Amino acid sequence: MSITIDARGFSCPQPVLMFMEAIKSGNEKEIIMLVDTDASKENVSRAAESKKYNVTDIRQQGDEYQITIVKD
Amino acid sequence: MVKNFFAGRWGIICVGAVIGILAGVLQKMGNPGNMGICVACFERDIAGALGLHRAGVVQYMRPEIIGFVLGSLIAALSFKEFKPRSGSAPIARFVLGVFAMIGALVFLGCPWRALLRLAGGDGNAIIGLLGLAGGIWIGVLFLKNGYNLGRSQATHKSVGLIFPLIMLGFLCLMFLYPQVAGENKSGVLLYSLKGPGAMHAPLFISLVIGLVVGFAAQRSRFCTMGAFRDLILFRHIHLLTGLISLVLFAFVTNFVLGQFNPGFEGQPVAHTMQVWNFAGMVLAGLAFALAGGCPGRQLFLSGEGDGDAAVFVLGMIMGAAIAHNFGLASSPKGVGPHGIAAVAVGLIVCLFIGFTMRKNIKGV
Repeated sequence: MSITIDARGFSCPQPVLMFMEAIKSGNEKEIIMLVDTDASKENVSRAAESKKYNVTDIRQQGDEYQITIVKD
Repeated sequence: MVKNFFAGRWGIICVGAVIGILAGVLQKMGNPGNMGICVACFERDIAGALGLHRAGVVQYMRPEIIGFVLGSLIAALSFKEFKPRSGSAPIARFVLGVFAMIGALVFLGCPWRALLRLAGGDGNAIIGLLGLAGGIWIGVLFLKNGYNLGRSQATHKSVGLIFPLIMLGFLCLMFLYPQVAGENKSGVLLYSLKGPGAMHAPLFISLVIGLVVGFAAQRSRFCTMGAFRDLILFRHIHLLTGLISLVLFAFVTNFVLGQFNPGFEGQPVAHTMQVWNFAGMVLAGLAFALAGGCPGRQLFLSGEGDGDAAVFVLGMIMGAAIAHNFGLASSPKGVGPHGIAAVAVGLIVCLFIGFTMRKNIKGV
């Protein structure tokens, strides 16, 4: 299952908390995170890797980032 | 995509090292003892230089603070990370800034200075750091229960530039009204004749070091509050490695420069009332955690266009004015006449903010 989480406008740690909440159930195979600062992009990517998820794509759209995170 | 070196493990360690070494050097060049860099103390000195409080011993327009903001602005503009944004509960952030400063001035230092005091041998700093961790731990409990200040909005470029421009204005004032030997006033700026405010490195050295630290810290997202928060909340040690690096390199620098003096009594700009060293930093730590960054990080965020962080900084400057006008700040003799009451009020206000500002933010 794929899920999109809009964390735009939130500063850390909220985007990471939102990611953690999303993977809690363990059912999500693909998580797409929307963030709007570079710090959030780095923190979410780092959190994903520490939870053994793979960051497969980071796409920049204007001032925002769309991060695709996939479970192994 | 160019990888941001500073955001990696070695990057944050290097930045911690740079801050630790340069802080020791600034102290050698004239800044007060164990206060090579202290964001809270220096913002307090700025409040004094502007006459917002009249504590004659802590008045100086610290160029380090100006450099932090402008260095961060330069980094953000260079790497296309300047993102003007605001509108995430500014009044709550202002009040958190006020009480963060009051808590820090009861302890006598921001988290950076707590680390530098430790690296200089001041044992009282251990108690302050424990309080800081305790305050952040309370903040994490709120975060786990859905506390947040809401989303910010992208806004006009000029909104993001206002705070850096204020800092540029302060720098212009320093050039227009330079310190005159033996005078406590030059134009509209006040200058301490004695006390910590009279101790400072030469303007250009302070400014350049401020710019370097601001640039590096913006790139690395260095944050002392975040270091403890991420450890408690996620068991992440990324930011913590930077913090440990800062202490180690500051210690070595102090040792080499003969600035390491272990002990509890008679430490520079410090007191030994441990209950209030602890409680002051609990308040500060909680306020930083609720506001999402230590005082340094708030300056770097202000530099990259975060108007809410700028409001927090203005809150801290106002907090310093309140602290010194009404006897809330400590001195080497101990806590001020109303410091204890102020810590109690601050904790109540922070708890009110923590308990009431919750919202489901799943974002799905």
